[in-house]
Amino acid sequence: MLKLPVYLDYSATTPVDPRVAEKMIPYLVEKFGNPASRSHAFGWEAEKVVEEAREQVAALVNADPKEIVWTSGATESNNLAIKGAAHFYAGTKGKHIVTVATEHKAVLDTVKELERQGFEATYLEPQPNGLVTVEQFRAALRKDTVVASAMAVNNEIGVIQPIAELGELCRANGTIFHVDAAQATGKMPLDLGVLKVDLMSFSAHKTYGPKGIGALYVRRKPRVRLEAQMHGGGHERGMRSGTLPTHQIVGMGEAFRIAREEMAAENERIRMLRDRLLKGLLDIEETYVNGDLEQRVPHNLNISFNFVEGESLLMAIKDIAVSSGSACTSASLEPSYVLRSLGRSDELAHSSIRFTLGRFTTAEEIDFTIRLLHDKLGKLRELSPLWEMYKDGVDLNTVQWAAH
Amino acid sequence: MSYSTKVIDHYENPRNVGSFGKDEEGIATGMVGAPACGDVMKLQLKVGKDGVIEDAKFKTYGCGSAIASSSLVTEWVKGKTLDEALAIKNTQIAAELALPPVKIHCSILAEDAIKAAVADYRRKREEC
Repeated sequence: MLKLPVYLDYSATTPVDPRVAEKMIPYLVEKFGNPASRSHAFGWEAEKVVEEAREQVAALVNADPKEIVWTSGATESNNLAIKGAAHFYAGTKGKHIVTVATEHKAVLDTVKELERQGFEATYLEPQPNGLVTVEQFRAALRKDTVVASAMAVNNEIGVIQPIAELGELCRANGTIFHVDAAQATGKMPLDLGVLKVDLMSFSAHKTYGPKGIGALYVRRKPRVRLEAQMHGGGHERGMRSGTLPTHQIVGMGEAFRIAREEMAAENERIRMLRDRLLKGLLDIEETYVNGDLEQRVPHNLNISFNFVEGESLLMAIKDIAVSSGSACTSASLEPSYVLRSLGRSDELAHSSIRFTLGRFTTAEEIDFTIRLLHDKLGKLRELSPLWEMYKDGVDLNTVQWAAH
Repeated sequence: MSYSTKVIDHYENPRNVGSFGKDEEGIATGMVGAPACGDVMKLQLKVGKDGVIEDAKFKTYGCGSAIASSSLVTEWVKGKTLDEALAIKNTQIAAELALPPVKIHCSILAEDAIKAAVADYRRKREEC
């Protein structure tokens, strides 16, 4: 039997894998020691598992465990990386930052804060397929560009930015290159032995680990230095003070171990399901995929259903848990800034639904989703004056709207 | 976003959905909003020779609250004179549907749709 609602919002968060949860529990009750306690066995035991987890996280991205700094999540990692590097190198390199308009808010708002502090920023507009080009990036880099930041995988449309090429450009330019990989771990191979990436942000809860824990990769060769943003007991070699949450760290380590071992097979299964969903939904008239379909993780499908508003569609399909690019739920009434950056019209941006698949998604759930959308779209389009005009052959771009 | 039971009822069972035939007499149409803003309402009134609204139909592109506001308005205007229909205020719509503050614009749009439809009717009458 199908359990409702069907969860198709794995890019918002994932359930903790039961194997991960099981591994975490002992570190809450019996093995509760503080990993910084050097004087007794409770501390030694905690420190040992924290270091094992550090090895697991490092192994997923082919890094040295000494390059991994624990944080509370990808938002903190992004803040520490961008502010920390910008502040450390501003005096010697300069005060210009390059990023992309479709980054997560944790990057964009961090860069905006640096602008308030006197830094200058360039926000690159991606191509209509959601990707920035190497040429765009090359043109944006300046002699005084201290930090550049680009995400590996976009959270809304799932496209993969060309971080290998961007890293080469940054290295040649003497610019620190930060990559937000929150949506990438377990979804695509990441090899920091090859990638010229200086700083990389990770989150546990997008990869079947617990919420509230993340990490930042800080390259040692060539050495990258950061100004700490959190001061205190000097944990994590002074880069991030605060008592380490042993159970969370154990969870992240186990989650990343599972990701490394199962990623290849899992992604093939998810790609099959995604293709099944895509085929089922593209049968519907006037539907558009947002973002490049090739340079994309298989977990994400973002589709605009023209002439139907996203929030009312979400209401109609409440038997599935998905998210919409229409922010009518907020006071702003603004459609997704990511979709607008791709040059999508406002109505297509307002009509978008993000489906994200994951480890526990089944073919039965996908088939249910396809049927549900076919049913409900028909109903909502019967209600839509835009659909009626479209069917009557009216070009909506020529209509004089009474904007409000 | 959690909706009131009245919004959900109108959303799931919208009243008077549709359009009148293009050749029918006494039809007035009000279309307000814009796709770029995320909502467009089309309200049609069928007005009798005595100036009383005999029937009303709507189509709405927008969120659940926008759909509910226009559905409610089609019920309220029936049997009213044009002036009585114009007296319907967005605050009454918002109160009836228990709209939260971020959805007040939906009720304003519904009020504007009545005004636009009545204006359309009066313009057509002058032209005759």
